[in-house]
This record gives sequence, structure tokens and C-alpha cells, in this order.
Amino acid sequence: MNALMTNTYPVTAADYTSAGRASADIKRKLKQLGVSGDVLRRVAVASYEVELNLVIHSLGGELSLSVYPDRVQLVSSDVGPGIPDLSLAMREGWSTANDEARSLGFGAGMGLPNMKRNADDFDIQSEVGKGTVITMGFRLA
Amino acid sequence: MKVNELRELIGAENLTPEVGEDREITCGYTCDLLSWVMAHGDEGMAWVTVQTHLNVIAVAVLSDMACVVLPEDIRMEAESLAKAVSEGMTVLTTSLTAYEICGRLSAAGVPGKAM
Repeated sequence: MNALMTNTYPVTAADYTSAGRASADIKRKLKQLGVSGDVLRRVAVASYEVELNLVIHSLGGELSLSVYPDRVQLVSSDVGPGIPDLSLAMREGWSTANDEARSLGFGAGMGLPNMKRNADDFDIQSEVGKGTVITMGFRLA
Repeated sequence: MKVNELRELIGAENLTPEVGEDREITCGYTCDLLSWVMAHGDEGMAWVTVQTHLNVIAVAVLSDMACVVLPEDIRMEAESLAKAVSEGMTVLTTSLTAYEICGRLSAAGVPGKAM
């Protein structure tokens, strides 16, 4: 099925000032398309979490939004460093965030579990030295 | 309870007078870990936090909260306030502690989770 809309947002590592811009724009665009309520909130939370993960943990990457008639898809891909132990990374409360991120109130170890909880479909692929790709799907009622 | 009633209840100052105070508050919460708040934030929430940077507004807006409340006379950076105004998010500050704010909210019947 063809996408009604696609958009890609570059996300810069450690740029806490711009962090959240992509998610805010995604929420705005979906609202304009008539997405509302629970789905809009879940996409907004998941997109913010994944955007912040790119800022906090990656060496830089991008977030892509695709809207289809029956679903919304978010794909986050980065250029590294990759996650050595995915099962540990998925555990609530586990975080490798640095002091700067923690001083801003991040690093609770809730990011990945929170994405998984909010998305209808969640997939994560990671290779150390290469990067991480997270794909999330949200069904439109 | 609406935001203006909360402001009166806790003797707060509205740092974003450009934004209306007629949002209905459905629940209250306090936490300073943003990821934690993202996991537990709710529509119509009054969120008490000592954090004041830009991402506080992003979290409040993305969760569709009613307002952000700063305890102990904490002020918010101009940049964050400008973002709050442009996104339509009310920011209040009061001399009360987070504990006292939540105590008054709870006594007034505001639940911890939206009904």
C-alpha cells in the first residue's frame, strides 16, 4: 500500500536543545491528517523516546515517518555505536546514559521498554560498530 | 478542577499569562526523571517538577498535559517559557514544596491517575 505521507528527520547526537523537534512535528502532521486520541498519544510518546535515544546514545541518525491509510510507521536508524546486549537494553531501569543526560532528567532506563509498550509492533536490530535500527508500527482504527 | 483554580489553590504565579487557564485537570503527578514521566504521563495531568529545561515542555506537550507546576519559587528559563507559550502549555510557580502541592491537589480530589 502506498504511503500517504513520508518524512525524514535528521537527529544530531548530544543536541539537547533541538531534541524533541522531530517528535513535535510528527505529532503536528498526524493531527493534521486527522489522527487523534490514544494512537496520536502513543506515537508521540514513542517518537519522543526514540528521538531522545538518538540524541543521548547514538553518534547521529535519522527518524522516518510513514503514514499509510491503516497504520503509522516510525523507523529510527543510526550510524552507531550499536548495542552490545539487547536483552539488557530492553530491561526497565537499565541505562547507559552519561552524566549530562542524567542531569537533564534522562537515563531512567525507560526509553526502549516505553517504546515497546506504546507501539503495536516493535522491532530492534543492532550491530556493534554499525548501528541500530528500530521499527515501530501503530494501527489506525 | 481547572488550571486557574489550581493556581489559586496553591497560591501560584502563572509564568505563561499568554496561555489560557481553562484546561481541565484530570490528574496530578510529580517526578523529575523525564523518561519516567513519559511512561506515566497522562492527558490533562498537572505535573510538578523541579526541571526547567526545554525538554520539560516537550514532554508535557507530547503527553497532552494541562500544566507544569514548579515548586519552591523555581523560575523557568526564558527559552523554555517561550516554547511553552508557542505550544499553549501553562507553567505555574509557587513557594510550596512538591509535597505540599500534591497534598493540596489530593485533598481537593484530584487523583493520581486520570479516571
